[in-house]
Amino acid sequence: MIDLTVNGATARVDVDPATPLLYVLRDDLRLHAAKFGCGLGQCGACTVLVDDRPVFACLLPVGAVGARTVTTVEGLGSAAAPGDVQRAFLHEQAAQCGYCIPGMIARAEGLLRKTVTPTETELRSAMAPSLCRCGTHMRILRAVRRAAVMRGGGVVEPAEPVT
Amino acid sequence: MSRPGIRRIVVIAVVLLGLCGIAFAAIAYRPAIARVTRPDPRQFDPALVARGANLARLGNCVSCHQAAGGRPYVGGYPIKTPFGTIYGSNITPDSATGIGSWSPAAFRRAMREGVGRDGSHLYPAFPYTHYAGVADGDVDALYAFLMTRPAVRAVPPANRMIPPLGFRPLLAGWKLLFFDPQPVVADPRQSAAWNRGRYIGETLAHCTACHSPRGLLQQEKRGDRAYDGGWSGGWYAPPINARSPAVRAWTVERLDAYFRTGLSTAHAAAAGPMGPVTYNLARAEPADVRAMATYYAWQMRAAPAARAEPRLPDRRALAGQRHPEGARLYDGACAVCHEPGAAMMVAGRPALPLGTPLHEANPRDTIQVILKGLKPPVAPRGPYMPAFADALDDRQVAEIVAYLQARHGTGPAWPDLETDVAAARKEGE
Repeated sequence: MIDLTVNGATARVDVDPATPLLYVLRDDLRLHAAKFGCGLGQCGACTVLVDDRPVFACLLPVGAVGARTVTTVEGLGSAAAPGDVQRAFLHEQAAQCGYCIPGMIARAEGLLRKTVTPTETELRSAMAPSLCRCGTHMRILRAVRRAAVMRGGGVVEPAEPVT
Repeated sequence: MSRPGIRRIVVIAVVLLGLCGIAFAAIAYRPAIARVTRPDPRQFDPALVARGANLARLGNCVSCHQAAGGRPYVGGYPIKTPFGTIYGSNITPDSATGIGSWSPAAFRRAMREGVGRDGSHLYPAFPYTHYAGVADGDVDALYAFLMTRPAVRAVPPANRMIPPLGFRPLLAGWKLLFFDPQPVVADPRQSAAWNRGRYIGETLAHCTACHSPRGLLQQEKRGDRAYDGGWSGGWYAPPINARSPAVRAWTVERLDAYFRTGLSTAHAAAAGPMGPVTYNLARAEPADVRAMATYYAWQMRAAPAARAEPRLPDRRALAGQRHPEGARLYDGACAVCHEPGAAMMVAGRPALPLGTPLHEANPRDTIQVILKGLKPPVAPRGPYMPAFADALDDRQVAEIVAYLQARHGTGPAWPDLETDVAAARKEGE
């Protein structure tokens, strides 16, 4: 038996500790926001927060989570009452097919929990591990910038004028 | 002692100290070279600029003269040393903040003698100890290349040195001790490619800056210790001489492919600070890269794998018994790509036991690869591994490393893995 804290609630699951966290979230806990994409840590669709840090849930053995807390997009808001990052994504219409978006939102949330005033470089490198095959990256970046402002910060541009 | 006696001793001491100071000042003093108006970029022969571009790639200048996310040659990359952090300088032709006001003579003096245009001594983090051997024509080509880059007005962060090392005249003393420029004289017994490879590797490419151990004052160890393995940005640069720990021979072909693609299918992908090196080599003249491969294959000609490539064990069951948690973590986090038959193996990536890190004298590179992963070093399509720094804690990474070494390693077991994981997190970039 493995005990997990997911979205503030505790859960007990009876699985092999080498099982990827993603399978436990989707199959045992019925939390379907995080997606299976590549299963190789290459696409980011499975990204969730573990102790405020974005990780690939497809490559994290559930037995390695331990006492750390897991947060999925379900823990950030609902369709009826979306959280601020979700509202920012809605406002910028950042989703096309939407498959990558739960991972993108988890990644954005992880960045904003670290700092609400990231530089553009920090923003881009934080979001880079998640891929969007539809090509909505520019809208996704706008959404994260908007969410940073909603949290009282904002993305600061590095000053480096060219002569 | 009488008062006049004490006074005499004090006077003599003051005079001696003063003489020492004057002597040191005489050694340390280098005059400024007058500013020039930034040369018109159109005055440079395009062929000379192209030659300089190739040399800048071979020399990997941007590794230090470009910050993460910044523009090339603008500087700002932090070089961490035991004596403090030095930031790569702006070497774009901006007259106020770069080298736009440097004459060819000032540039040559900086490259050859480690002295800035204003006469200040440069920290040997700028490897003039190597550049002293660069041929005149090549220095001029680099000058032409840099002077034709876009001028960017940017001041890198100020160096943060442990006092009194921020006082640059002290570097004159370092130079007296360790700066002994030797020209690279061609060896007529060796091929033209070997000689070209040695010239590039020993001067502009400054490979020993990472691959040789350093002494107390950060001087590179030479002679028998050259290429004996060193440290760079929290990563271990393994020996690339007869003590290379690789388990497959570094032939000219394999080195050439590794330099140009960032991947040797018989070894591993270029990781850590070697990634950007291959990025630049992939864009340099292929003949020069092959020449370097020729010279460095020769450097490793007496390495164990060059004599006989060992059979590689797979002690899976034994390693699992010894490190059961490491085995479970490996099964859940690593096996999907690394186990024989996994998708990435079928795609032609080198098998885990071929990776040189598992056979090195210390666990640092194995740990760093797990913590930081791999970025495709040369092109968007290339070897990639996700970073596990945020997914696994120090103990978990240590368990995986212990399991991997027990399963595939060929050297003695690494001690204190958890301590080294914590250190790697701190030191890594």
